[in-house]
Order: sequence, then structure tokens, then C-alpha cells
Amino acid sequence: MASRSFKEALDSGDFVVTSEVGPPKGTNIEEMLHHIDLLKDKVDGINTTDNQSSVMRISSLAVCHLAQERGAEAILQVTCRDRNRMALESELLSANILGVHNVLCLTGDYVSVGDHPDAKPVFDLDSVHLIQTVRTMEQGKDIAGNELNGPTRFCVGAIVTPEANPIEPQLLKFEKKIRAGIDFVQTQAIYDLDNFKRFMQYARRFEVKILAGIILLTGVGMARYMNANVPGVVVPDQLIRELAGAPKGQALQTGIAIAGRMIRQIKDERICDGVHIMAIGHEGLVPQILETAGL
Amino acid sequence: MIVGERKPFDEIKAKVSDYRKVLVLGCGTCVAVCMAGGEKEVELLASQLRLASRMDKKEIEFAEHTIVRQCDREYTEPILEKLGEYDAVLSLACGAGVQLVSDVVEDVAVLPALNTRFIGSTREEGVWIERCRSCGDCVLGDTGGICPLTICPKGLVNGPCGGTNDGKCEVTSEKDCAWTTIYNRLDKQGKLDNIRRIFSPIKYSAQTTPGLQVNEAYLKVETEGTDGQ
Repeated sequence: MASRSFKEALDSGDFVVTSEVGPPKGTNIEEMLHHIDLLKDKVDGINTTDNQSSVMRISSLAVCHLAQERGAEAILQVTCRDRNRMALESELLSANILGVHNVLCLTGDYVSVGDHPDAKPVFDLDSVHLIQTVRTMEQGKDIAGNELNGPTRFCVGAIVTPEANPIEPQLLKFEKKIRAGIDFVQTQAIYDLDNFKRFMQYARRFEVKILAGIILLTGVGMARYMNANVPGVVVPDQLIRELAGAPKGQALQTGIAIAGRMIRQIKDERICDGVHIMAIGHEGLVPQILETAGL
Repeated sequence: MIVGERKPFDEIKAKVSDYRKVLVLGCGTCVAVCMAGGEKEVELLASQLRLASRMDKKEIEFAEHTIVRQCDREYTEPILEKLGEYDAVLSLACGAGVQLVSDVVEDVAVLPALNTRFIGSTREEGVWIERCRSCGDCVLGDTGGICPLTICPKGLVNGPCGGTNDGKCEVTSEKDCAWTTIYNRLDKQGKLDNIRRIFSPIKYSAQTTPGLQVNEAYLKVETEGTDGQ
């Protein structure tokens, strides 16, 4: 078992570190288990993604269960795309009985961006409703008002995109998520710490722990791709030049150095409460990023 | 209005190929406005079908007729006798019109010539856009007259998702983000407080299929009738 729960880590005031694994598409889970084992003692929580990017994969809950069995503290990502309110509530009950007590509530990408574009998009609830649902079930009732035989208990998180353009409608929703009752926030990837500090000046007023999203840049191509295609992610020119100037074959190491440096600065200046590291496809490199950050 | 589009010609031709006398029946309301099923479209389709059946050496008679509204018994019942003269009715109405005509003349095949698309409005000449999902619980009074259930592909009621970018939609950058549009319009009106509250999940129980709406005055008559038994 992890030495402390994710909620205890958040409440401790320590700088909190989470990371994530993406469940594979298929039954071969060897590599994923290896990543869980690599990360479990180095981070305070491991997110398991929920049909990430609308691509059908092993369920987030099944992987959470396996991660917990291996001693990790799992954070269940749940999107509203694939399940109606009954299935979502059922999933939350199931998570609790399997010992999973952390949940990250997300809207979910639209189906058309993934590998089943003809599937029915559900979105019966939105992310604000999902947070309310978790909180309602903790009071011993489902959202239709029926009694539960045993309430749930969760540490609840949500996401925000600090670099969204325009930001105002995004913050309107962010504040609804806070009112619905969240314990922590993972941000979309941030790369410009001055911009992020300005966001934190605004966000500090809320009683919620904020973990800055750090996505490992694997090269200049990825940085440019994210700028062009990922909403609310801005990689500044300065970092693109740094990646472009890396010696041949060293771009990934430069990306690790950038991530490590950012994490170190966030921690040293206590810009926010922690970081959520996403090394998409390179989960095995997270320990190296942490080492570079001095963690 | 209900917006429809004509089915591919080959699909229509194949569906009528087994009949000898076919009435091509237009609808003079919504689908006439959206240039899919009115008198002009009936004339065009009937001519195309006549030509195609001659080319295929088939002897099918195609007659033409258009009524004001196929979805209204007031207009379909008066042509009941006429409908009975045909083996099939090729209806250019929306799905509601096709079904009412079919209910009226149960012994005649009624075939759809259109695909019904949505409840929409005219954006510009020849272009129609979906505007209503008939959810049964209208929020337009709070959302600046912009329907988040229809315009947002995810039907989100509490603000934008994280996929919105530069005011455009995650699904296609050609479309504006519903919630950015709603926000900007309410901001102009000084009514942003409208959307600060948390909107409840949609009550899908209000959307039982098939929907049934009874005017209050008629509901009373029906109840009285039941009570009298």
C-alpha cells in the first residue's frame, strides 16, 4: 500500500506529485504494469485515463484496481462521454468497493476525434454534474434521490485550462466546479510560468489544491504540433528554440530538462501545490524527470 | 421549421420500382420552404422518375399532388379517396408527414422521399441550420437565445469544455463554440449572472418517445369522458 492516501498528501501541505498511465488498447498490460511499478513509490497518485482521446481501451477502473493491488494510490479519471448517469454512479460505487477513493471528473473529448467516430456520444451529465454526483453519493443518496446502502467516500478533482482563449467562459465553469465541491485541480499543460503565476493569483482565492500540468516535450515537432492542435496549450517560442537547438538525438533529454526545470521552479517558488506529470507514451521517463527536478 | 433533404435518386427509384401507380405527394409547409418537398420538388422528382422508368422500360404511372401539410389530418383526410387510387404514395414530407399519411391510408404503401434532418432556421438563402433539439425544457431565456443543447455537440449546460479554442468548437474549427457565443452575448446584455448558477442535468423523462402533447382544454374533455364511464 502507498504510505499515505492522496487526500492525506494534499492535506499535508507537502509539494504533491501525480502522474498518469494510459490503459492499453488490448489485453497486453505488461508494459503498463511496469510503468505503474516504476511510478508507485515516487508519486502521490497515479491517474488512469478513461478512453483517452476518445480511443477505446481497457477501462480506467480496471487499471486503477490493478494499480492499487500493486501498492499504488490510483486516481480514477471519469469522463461523461461514454456513460449515462446510472453507469457513472455505478462506476463510482464500484471504484469505492475496489478501494479506489480518488476521482478526477472530466467532460471527455468528443467521439469524432477518436477511433469510434460513429459511436453515440452520451454526455448525459457534464463535469460539474459529475462532481455534484460524487458529493451527493457521499451523503448516502444517488442523484435520483434514492437511498444508498452505504455511502461513497472520494477525494474529488477536476481540470482547468489556464491558457484557454478566451479565458472568461472557462473560469465561469471552473468556479462552478469549485462550488460543486472539489478537493484538487489538475491543470491542462502549462509552459509559460509567468502566465501561470497570473492564473494562480486568481485561483489562490479558492480553497482548492492546484497541481500544474506538465507534459513532457519530446521534440520540436511535438511542441509545434501541440501549439497547432491542442486547445489551450501554448509552448512559447523560447522553449521551441531550446528544443530545436538540442544536439542531434538529444531533443528528448532537452524535454526532460525543461520539465524538470519547470517543476523545480514551481516547487521552489511555491507557485502552486504540486504538479501532475504527463509523459504521454514515455511514462518510463517520469522518474528521470523527477530526479532532474530534485524530487 | 422541419428541415429535410431529398434521398438519393437511386434509392427512391429502387423503392418505387415494384409499383404501377405512384402518387408523388408534396407538403407545402416546412419542406417546401427548405426546397426539399414542395410543389416544385414534386414536379422535378416526378419528371425524373418518369424519365428513368421509361429508360428502364418499366410501366409506372407517376401522378403529382401537393397538400398544405401532410402532418395534419385536416389536410390529409380530404384526399383519402384520391390516395386509394394508387399502389403507393411517395411522400416528400418530413417523417411526421409520412407517418400520418400512412396512418390515414393503411392499405397503401407510403414511402419517404426525404431524409428528415432537424428543426432549424434559415441562415442564408439555401442554407438551413439546426436550432432546436425539442428537449422539452427550454433554457433559451437564460442563455441569450442560443441553445447549448443544440449548438454544443456535447450539449453541455454549464459552460464550455476544455476543447474550445479561440472561440471555436473542439469538433470542428468551422463552428463557433456555443458557450463562447453565449458568454459574449450575455456579456453585451449585462446578464452574465444568468449562467453563473449550476444548471441541473437534463430531465430525459420529459423526452419520452414518442412525445405526446395534449392541449389543456382537450385534456379536460378527455378526463370528463373517462369520469362519466
